[in-house]
Amino acid sequence: MAPILDIKHLYKNYGSTEILKDINVTIEKGDFLVLVGPSGCGKSTLLNCIAGLEEITSGSIEIDGRDMTHVSPKDRDIAMVFQSYALYPTMSVAKNITFGMKVRGISQEEQDRKLAAVAKQLQIEQLLKRRPGQLSGGQRQRVAMGRALVRDPALFLFDEPLSNLDAKLRVEMRSEIKKLHHRLGASMVYVTHDQIEAMTLATKIVVMKGGVIQQIGTPSEIYNHPANTFVADFMGSPPMNLIPARAHSEGNGTKLEIDREGLEPIFLDVPRKDLPGDVVVGVRPEDLAEAGYRSGDTVQRAAIRVDMVEPAGADTFVTTHMGGKMITARLHAETVAHPGEMLDLEFDLEKVTFFEPTSGQRI
Amino acid sequence: MTDATLTQTGREPRSAGALIGRRLLRWGLYALLCLFALYYLLPLFVMLTTSLKSLEEIRTGSLVALPREVTFDAWGKAWSGACTGIQCEGLRPFFWNSVMMAVPGVLLSTLIGALNGYIFAQWRFRGANLFFAFLLFGCFIPFQVVLLPMARMLGIFGLAGTIPGLIFVHTIYGLGFTTLFFRNYYVTIPHELVRAAKIDGAGFFRIFWSIFLPLSLPIAVVTIIWQFTQIWNDFLFGVSFSSAGSQPITVALNNIVNSTTGVKEYNVDMAAAIIAGLPTLFVYIVAGKYFIRGLTAGSVKG
Ligand SMILES: Nc1ncnc2c1ncn2[C@@H]1O[C@H](COP(=O)(O)OP(=O)(O)OP(=O)(O)O)[C@@H](O)[C@H]1O
Ligand SMILES: [Mg+2]
Repeated sequence: MAPILDIKHLYKNYGSTEILKDINVTIEKGDFLVLVGPSGCGKSTLLNCIAGLEEITSGSIEIDGRDMTHVSPKDRDIAMVFQSYALYPTMSVAKNITFGMKVRGISQEEQDRKLAAVAKQLQIEQLLKRRPGQLSGGQRQRVAMGRALVRDPALFLFDEPLSNLDAKLRVEMRSEIKKLHHRLGASMVYVTHDQIEAMTLATKIVVMKGGVIQQIGTPSEIYNHPANTFVADFMGSPPMNLIPARAHSEGNGTKLEIDREGLEPIFLDVPRKDLPGDVVVGVRPEDLAEAGYRSGDTVQRAAIRVDMVEPAGADTFVTTHMGGKMITARLHAETVAHPGEMLDLEFDLEKVTFFEPTSGQRI
Repeated sequence: MTDATLTQTGREPRSAGALIGRRLLRWGLYALLCLFALYYLLPLFVMLTTSLKSLEEIRTGSLVALPREVTFDAWGKAWSGACTGIQCEGLRPFFWNSVMMAVPGVLLSTLIGALNGYIFAQWRFRGANLFFAFLLFGCFIPFQVVLLPMARMLGIFGLAGTIPGLIFVHTIYGLGFTTLFFRNYYVTIPHELVRAAKIDGAGFFRIFWSIFLPLSLPIAVVTIIWQFTQIWNDFLFGVSFSSAGSQPITVALNNIVNSTTGVKEYNVDMAAAIIAGLPTLFVYIVAGKYFIRGLTAGSVKG
């Protein structure tokens, strides 16, 4: 079966500035693709290109097996939810939802039937007569979703639909969108710069930076095997610790030496032979554990000096300095640690990723 | 101790002085405002009272005195009997000329201005800035400069000396401002609205008609008041491009005042001037509150 969305060698320029460079993305039916990246990296531009709201400079876009590169937005079989919701201010909620059907000349009975179904699904039946100005942020969000849902398109596009909501509502709507995706089995492309949203919603994540795709993969691939230091740093909160170290070949393994200010260097033995002399060691905060909690050959212990202790309810974050960088460990809530004192930590070397220091690429 | 008394005695008169000063300032301000109001209203007062006096009373009485005997004869004559040259039908036919010129002129220039503004604000095209600069230039072009070329154009179109010709001229020269008004209003509306409508399948005119026009009431009122005042009060185009049967009321007013046959009928002149000014006054009173609102209101919350 043809993929739902197939983007090949897409380039987008505004004047002489390249905004998107050689974008290649494929998603299958039922995929939930999340585009994530820092502000200004071109996520919205890419989404607008998929929607046909922006002409692309070169490359091709296929939706549901048909070439859509030069097709106008209304004929692409897509629906889109915008960051500002873009509800028509002078129309009632019902009119907002049925406007598209009205424009397309769908019969009144059909419009009424679909409106009722969508209103029920999103629980906005009691709002249908109101104007967008009389709705709360969350309600507007629902109406915007409703407008997309009545289309029943091949592909849904979302541009940061939750970024205008407060934290609690955002979490609520996030799980609702996820449920919706399961129930409809719909294919979606979803833009966000919130990496937690990306992790929780996606079946597939595209991490972008400066108009270039850094990595495409499942959430766990992106989290556990970041392609470069940018992805490692961007995904995860707190981000992955990136510790500069020197590697010395030793026997059939490598000894890592991590400098510390005012303390002995830390030495760790890695059963790998392919590391360059200088290397960046990537460790997730949760892969630094208190002594005694991890076991196995790959776990190695080192004493560190505690800089700061931040209890955060479920976890306690402990920071220290290594290789000139601030390092965070995510420890148990009941951990007892005091700034300035020493604490034994265990490094789970099984979970460690190595990066080339200059290019930032994973080794 | 001495310190304390010093500061106390030092402070008291100062604060009292400040209070008096502030009160004086306040009264001074009111006096000044009243003076200005008087300055503006006195001519109107004189016009109104004079128009209600008989010629006899005008000759004998004082200019600012109230009429001893109120009579509407002058109004009647101004409306349907005063002479504008050889013809003595009063302002009535010219009033309708003006209505027939102003109403279509206002509606056309407003509608086209709305469409232009919509394009400039929401459908940026190559060279849009240059076009917009030209349009703005059109706002400030001195009308004397265009009289001759326009007369020639109207001649070519066969519209010279007709009301449609005047409508045409006023529509063209109103577009600069109407476009500016609507453009500045529409740029505050997020582009995502157009994008959403495009995805919904709506085209250029559909989006304008169903989404932008319904949003436009405040700015439409501003534009209509502005254009109505401009067109109704215009004299230069009226006197240049009209013929005997198509003269607007401003030209007729001038003719009434200037046609000196016998005694000068100040009461009729005053009544005629007020009649000529009433429609703009009426428009302000009916739509004035939208005018203020429209000038200050901008963004539309989605
Ligand atoms: N019409 C335009 N003309 C020129 N440059 C543009 C235009 N629109 C966007 N850009 C540029 O393209 C880049 C990508 O913009 P885009 O809106 O896609 O970013 P984004 O990833 O969606 O960011 P955010 O997370 O802030 O929404 C930005 O650097 C922006 O300045
Ligand atoms: Mg964006």
